[in-house]
Amino acid sequence: MDHFVEDKGKSVIVELEGESEKINFDDLKSGGFIKQKQKDLFTVRLRCPGGSMPTDKLVEISKIAKKYSKTGEVHFSFRQSLEILHVDYNDFGKIVEEIKGVGWQVASCGPRVRVPTACGGCSYNPNGLTDTQGMANMVDEKYFGNPTHHKFKMSFSGCPIDCARTNEMDLGFQGVISPEWKEPLCTGCTICAEVCKEDAIVADPDTGKPIFDEKKCIYCADCIRACPTEAWVEKRKGHLVRIGGKHGRHPVNGSMVAIFIPDEKVPEVIERTIEWYREKGKRGERIATTLSRVGLDDYKKFMGSTFEGYEVPDHLEGIIWQTK
Amino acid sequence: MADEVKPEVKPEVKANDSIDLRGVMCPTNFVKTKLKLESMEKGQVLEVLLDTGEPIQNVPKSVKEEGHKIVEVNREGDHFKIKIEVSE
Repeated sequence: MDHFVEDKGKSVIVELEGESEKINFDDLKSGGFIKQKQKDLFTVRLRCPGGSMPTDKLVEISKIAKKYSKTGEVHFSFRQSLEILHVDYNDFGKIVEEIKGVGWQVASCGPRVRVPTACGGCSYNPNGLTDTQGMANMVDEKYFGNPTHHKFKMSFSGCPIDCARTNEMDLGFQGVISPEWKEPLCTGCTICAEVCKEDAIVADPDTGKPIFDEKKCIYCADCIRACPTEAWVEKRKGHLVRIGGKHGRHPVNGSMVAIFIPDEKVPEVIERTIEWYREKGKRGERIATTLSRVGLDDYKKFMGSTFEGYEVPDHLEGIIWQTK
Repeated sequence: MADEVKPEVKPEVKANDSIDLRGVMCPTNFVKTKLKLESMEKGQVLEVLLDTGEPIQNVPKSVKEEGHKIVEVNREGDHFKIKIEVSE
């Protein structure tokens, strides 16, 4: 849960962009300033989509943090942001200016689209199937800060291990690849049956060749990566879309609503989803609440053609929640 | 099938060197494989013995990602014998 500014209605005089301004504590959240329990001190949250930052920026940010943090401390937030702790509100103007000066930005809190989180993805993680970092940057650039009824969190996981916890996002995208077997290239070496953690592939006892049961497959593509002769190839690739998850005091698991959504279709999914949420949701409620009040079917119906051809196979829900 | 493409992999590829990694855990088994491969010439073949389970799940994937070619795989009871052709 985020810290919310408790002193509603209270305001302070702050120097911002060269001018003295009266600032409402509530307004500060939208700028990524979070009130601490200590008098006059705030946490300044930076905007780090996918939890990445070039080292030269990190060096510059460290200098700023050292200068303005009363305790010389930063904290890595649960959503991969760097937070500068114990900053006096009188320094807001100066710190924002200095952060901008090194080419970086402050994040935001409150009822709006948040900075997306992401795992390493295919750019350097061997398990990664999708370009989660690229997607997080795209989403941050296009949708960050858009107002919604409550906070709206998105994340990108590159594979079914789901390190970016798409299951507990308002909208989550998890990489998936469905495999296809090309018999002529297969030597019956049985490695694919060995690597398949889901027992979706078993080796024929006589020929060693794979017997594939897609009803057990969670689309991790380990078989494709392991096959020495490229007999397993990619059939469909994209994102498994989960909606309406959240953590907090009353956590909710997301619902799987589409699969193999290609990168270029992700913006459409986000825009349509936010459109539905704005239309059907109430002020102050997360999309999970809207979904339970209005119904998942209403959302799916609204998404209509966006999800057409990307239906989630019936077997997936059952096998994903198996304890293994 | 009429125009069936025969797999390139032929059985009994002659190995230039071998390494027995049975009982060696991940990722040490991969690191040892990699070091051995690096000491060899392009086109040479390394024979590696790997346990079933995690070793056979991980090492071939990593070897492929390094650009080498797995030219033969044989299961021998509770372990695998794989042959890797050095790419560079």
